[in-house]
Amino acid sequence: MTNLFLLQLLNGLQLGVLLFLIAAGLTLIFGIMDFINLAHGVLYMIGAYLMATFTALTGGFGTGLILALAGALALGLALEALIFRRLYSRPHLDQVLATFGLILMVTEGVKMIWGVSPLAVEMPELLARSVPLVGPLRYPVYRLVIIAAGLLAGLALYALIAHTRTGMRLRAGASNRDMLSALGVNVERLFALVFALGAMLAGFAGALVAPILSVDTGMGESVLILTFVVIVIGGIGSVRGAFLGALLVGVVDTLGRSFGPIVLRAVMEPAAASQTGRTLAPMLVYILMALVLAIRPAGIFGRAAR
Amino acid sequence: MTRAAMRTALALFAAFALVPPVAVELGDPFFLVIATRIVAFAIAALALDLILGFGAMVSFGHAAYLGLGAYAVAILSRAGVTEIGAHLAAGIAVSIAFAAVTGAISLRTRGIYFIMITLAFGQMAFFAFVSLSTLGGDDGTALAQRSTLFGTRVLEDDVWLFYLSLGLLAGLFAFARAIVGSRFGRVLIGTRENALRMEAMGIAPFAYRLTAYVISGAMTSVAGVLLANQAEFVSPALMNWHRSGELIVMVVLGGIGTLTGAIGGAVVALLLEEWLAVFTEHWRLAFGAVLVLVVLFAPGGIGGLAERLRR
Repeated sequence: MTNLFLLQLLNGLQLGVLLFLIAAGLTLIFGIMDFINLAHGVLYMIGAYLMATFTALTGGFGTGLILALAGALALGLALEALIFRRLYSRPHLDQVLATFGLILMVTEGVKMIWGVSPLAVEMPELLARSVPLVGPLRYPVYRLVIIAAGLLAGLALYALIAHTRTGMRLRAGASNRDMLSALGVNVERLFALVFALGAMLAGFAGALVAPILSVDTGMGESVLILTFVVIVIGGIGSVRGAFLGALLVGVVDTLGRSFGPIVLRAVMEPAAASQTGRTLAPMLVYILMALVLAIRPAGIFGRAAR
Repeated sequence: MTRAAMRTALALFAAFALVPPVAVELGDPFFLVIATRIVAFAIAALALDLILGFGAMVSFGHAAYLGLGAYAVAILSRAGVTEIGAHLAAGIAVSIAFAAVTGAISLRTRGIYFIMITLAFGQMAFFAFVSLSTLGGDDGTALAQRSTLFGTRVLEDDVWLFYLSLGLLAGLFAFARAIVGSRFGRVLIGTRENALRMEAMGIAPFAYRLTAYVISGAMTSVAGVLLANQAEFVSPALMNWHRSGELIVMVVLGGIGTLTGAIGGAVVALLLEEWLAVFTEHWRLAFGAVLVLVVLFAPGGIGGLAERLRR
């Protein structure tokens, strides 16, 4: 039981790290530009698809990863220049509508290019093994690599935001964009930079997860909603909040799904327990979100709504 | 509401009323199927416009109420209760409860937060029904028969179902108009324009916004009951967040805060889908492009476009 718990905790951590990679960029986009981007999950999906194509093409995991990152970055910048830039000053409703339309377009476009059947990505041989943790328990190396890569990316992002001039501007932009602009900072370039950063992080997450998931057109959407929950819990604009929220959501979701039915069995009949558990488990993160909001409407690290 | 909008609404209703005879004349029952779906979605869009257009509450989780209405039909039918009145009442009651709880939490927030939270609650309902294996889970469940109307099985006839749907749409349209015109509606519009000022006038916006949200959810469940009857099939796909997005699309396409626009938007959006699907299986690509282009170049939707052309 303890072993299972440890295993699921690691799985939860891995999910949390992935969510963080996607949420970090998105929370900055929300916070700094006051722009609601539903299409962020699309970049995650594109990252995975590009990974599948480029690893198959070049035969190398590393080169595939780099090319996929570059592709996601290019797409992100193109979308920013062509569409998003015109929407910053628009009402949220317009932003919702346009980015919703964009999801439909890109998802359908991906279906046309890559087909509807899911793709698989080969794992590099070096990482396709497992290591012993405690006792008989083993854990796949690749998942550990994901956790490490995500944490490293988080660390790099922290360094960027807390200790560089650009990071200072990002923080300033998240708290008062107009003032930042008045102080002579080129806000438009900052916006493009935030988008590039967000697109790359989301693409990175998609490329990383490609070998352990089947790559399909639904992957962006399932993760997008969880990312929203993460951002709401953490507070819009707060990367720190996104980190905490992501780990919280990842762990709660994973543990809830595996232990919900087991815990319920103590108070119910087994059949009813497994049914109730299966129904309740996916709802857990939303209940968590509701609880956080009931106490702090602007999220854990969020400022009160302006 | 302007006189022009009222005229448009009456013209729309007259056109709707003519669909069954025309469909019979053309010998194409598929028209009636589409028309019934359009009318049902028009009810949902109308409900959404009530809070989105008049209360500035961008709910991205309204598909949940479609599902609650639809599942009310499925669950009660299984239990042997087939009367549509009971189905409507149950759908509305459950929706009121769900809207009251999720609305009370969501309305603590604004702007982007509100959009994301309603989306999240909508997904919560979606996943709950996906995991309910007794009701078919992800695959959904077929209805043994359509709801009965006062004990008779007239709704098995598509024409009857259509006219019932149309009657409900007309009734709810009048209801929504009455709400908007009432003191309650004026307060709601006031909170949209300036919540702080309403508070200064001694009115607590929260109660008004929550009430409007609950009414809107309950109205949407009526559409769910009709959709379940039309398809004789219920599945969580009805509650997917894409549906919520489509409802917003309808409201915005038709022009927000007009009520008539919501109905027109439902007509345009669904016909556009059907029409594009004739040409290509990849119609979503074109549909998405239309959305992006409308937002970029025709803010205000069709209503706004018509307005500008008139000037």
